[in-house]
Amino acid sequence: MPERGNAPNSPRVGLFVTCLVDSMRPNVGFAAVALLKSAGCKVEIPLAQTCCGQPAFNSGADEATKPIARQVIETFEPFDYLVAPSGSCAGMIKAHYPELFADDPIWLDRAKRLAAKTHELLSFLVDVRGFRPQNVACKASATYHDSCSGLRELGVKAQPRALLSSVKGLELRPLEGDETCCGFGGTFCVKYSDISNAIVGEKAQNVVATGADLLLGGDLGCLMNMAGKLSREGAKTRVFHTAEILAGMSAYAIGEESTGAAGKEAK
Amino acid sequence: MSAPSGTFQERVDKALGNAQLKVALERTTGNARRKRAAAVEAWPDFVAARAAAAAIKDHSIAHMAYYLEMFERNALASGAQVHWARDPDEACKIVVDICKAANARTVTRSKSMLGEEIGLPHALAGAGIRRVETDLAEHIIQLAGETPSHIIWPAAHRTREDVAKLFDEHHREKPTAHDVVSMVGSARKELREDFFAADVGISGANFLCADTGAICTITNEGNAELTTTPPRVHIVTAGIEKIVASTEHALQLTRLLVRSATGADLTQYTTFHCGPKRPGDLDGPDQFHIVLVDHGRTEMLTEMPEMLRCLRCGACLNHCVVYRAIGGHAYGGAYPGPMGSVLTPVFDGLEQTRDLPNACTLNGQCRQVCPVDIPLPTMLRHWREQSWRAGYEPKTLRAAIRLWAFFAARPRLYQLAQAVALPAMRLFAKGGWISSLPLASGWTAARDLPKPPGESFLTSIRKGGTP
Ligand code: SF4
Repeated sequence: MPERGNAPNSPRVGLFVTCLVDSMRPNVGFAAVALLKSAGCKVEIPLAQTCCGQPAFNSGADEATKPIARQVIETFEPFDYLVAPSGSCAGMIKAHYPELFADDPIWLDRAKRLAAKTHELLSFLVDVRGFRPQNVACKASATYHDSCSGLRELGVKAQPRALLSSVKGLELRPLEGDETCCGFGGTFCVKYSDISNAIVGEKAQNVVATGADLLLGGDLGCLMNMAGKLSREGAKTRVFHTAEILAGMSAYAIGEESTGAAGKEAK
Repeated sequence: MSAPSGTFQERVDKALGNAQLKVALERTTGNARRKRAAAVEAWPDFVAARAAAAAIKDHSIAHMAYYLEMFERNALASGAQVHWARDPDEACKIVVDICKAANARTVTRSKSMLGEEIGLPHALAGAGIRRVETDLAEHIIQLAGETPSHIIWPAAHRTREDVAKLFDEHHREKPTAHDVVSMVGSARKELREDFFAADVGISGANFLCADTGAICTITNEGNAELTTTPPRVHIVTAGIEKIVASTEHALQLTRLLVRSATGADLTQYTTFHCGPKRPGDLDGPDQFHIVLVDHGRTEMLTEMPEMLRCLRCGACLNHCVVYRAIGGHAYGGAYPGPMGSVLTPVFDGLEQTRDLPNACTLNGQCRQVCPVDIPLPTMLRHWREQSWRAGYEPKTLRAAIRLWAFFAARPRLYQLAQAVALPAMRLFAKGGWISSLPLASGWTAARDLPKPPGESFLTSIRKGGTP
């Protein structure tokens, strides 16, 4: 892929890789880096990052969330942009950090400034960088799940479809209930596992009913939830993060065995 | 009438184990979702109307005392009697006393969620007063000895087949066939006599109009009119948040309420009831009582004023993945779904009900469809925060979140722990999937977990230098 990321006017992007991508699917991180570079960004990956703090925040543990949020703010303040391959984590930083520090004027100000330059990856590529993938092909049918936080907190809906429409050979099929939650909900899916199971069961049925080869989305949590259910039900649907398709790094779907470190050989 | 019992988890287990429930819920809520979507689609001004509706409610909430007093003045002038109740006990006592004073043996009731909230059916039974529910769905659940499971369709948990069986068992004149027309016909005959024999009719109110002192009911079956007009006494029970400044405001809100609830432009009956029968009137009650109930609402004025906007349209229930999976009874309160999960802790106390705000994916669809833009997810998260601070969350969960947060705030330690955990997790994998993992059974009970990579993304980056 052409690298245009070192022109003097390239924006400096700090990649917030998200805890799930970091631990569970590095390939999404590598794909994000490749896409951001193709879109003319200078990409940096601060090593002092872990998670956005959402599991604690959504459990109501605000005090436990604050040190995590402060660390994200400090780490990513120097960049022109913070970009995350997740609507949920970007939404946490953009919408909820200011809420978290509502009573703390100094950190509120810093949180707001970071929020203003925080973006979800796919919408960043389209809305900020005007990017479209060149020469990427994927001969398959796919269906798309709109993850809730990206959709409702950040308005991510048209951007991934615009990007995917440039992928040669990819046929996108409509998904019944594409805006309906998949039942992941972060800690919800383990705290109320049986309710989550009922919700993702219905989602899996809708996915299978499309007959599509692939299920795509922009949030690894939701994708792992749906992929895990599809696997448990014995469905053949392969599940990818959209960035992996766009970057042409789609050798192994979620749950498909690769050898050695992921990402490297999945090109 | 038996209220749902057991713990939240027990009620959830029961609901998820009932395949019929899912069928019934999907028919009702699926229909409602499709119709609402079509109604919104067909109304280009919907977005503006929604913002205006929220503003109308906010105005009456901000000036609630002023408009309630205006309402009282105008209602008294129309000949109505106005009663104020601080809590459910007071409210029920007022209603029962009015019934007793009227020597009432039979009361008819048209659907009122406030009545459920204050436990009125129970109170009437306790006083030995025969209660006849006149809303078709309420009639069904009265026959079944249940409580409502949806705020618009109280019998949303029952299939038509179910209902046919109930009517066959209980009605004096059985339905001639199990189609909708015959079943409704059978119910109509069953209820008809009671409509005219009742001494007292009890209704709720969708709006209290300050400018006239009238109360507004919105129904599809006309049962509210038959409940409130023939009996000698009409009692209205209403929460004080139903107050609106004017009839015009009530009508503007009605446009949003009905479309959000059923997808129709209007219901069959929108009635303004103002005072008792006047000289020369052909019909109407001799006495018209309005019981205004607080029950936590004045506290909500400062704690969560947005929630007082709620029109009780049910859209948030119909679009909630959790409600659609477990139905209304699992929530254990009078109000289920997202709005119920915000309200029930107000009424029943957070410690008893902490599961409700937690059993939610915070996906935000409820807020998106709410006709008055109530930030339901924010309010649910707020309850979680209060529950955490009060120490109501389970000890193991608190410990796990604290431990995780400790590591998450310290990247080096976090990465060390991760370097141990990831290879350990890989040992449980078969092929690319883990189907059972100690300490992660919450995940693996329902779904497989992808095998994690041998090393994390950041480790690869550190080893390989910058990308
Ligand atoms: S919270 Fe909103 S959507 Fe839910 S019942 Fe109330 S008005 Fe309707």
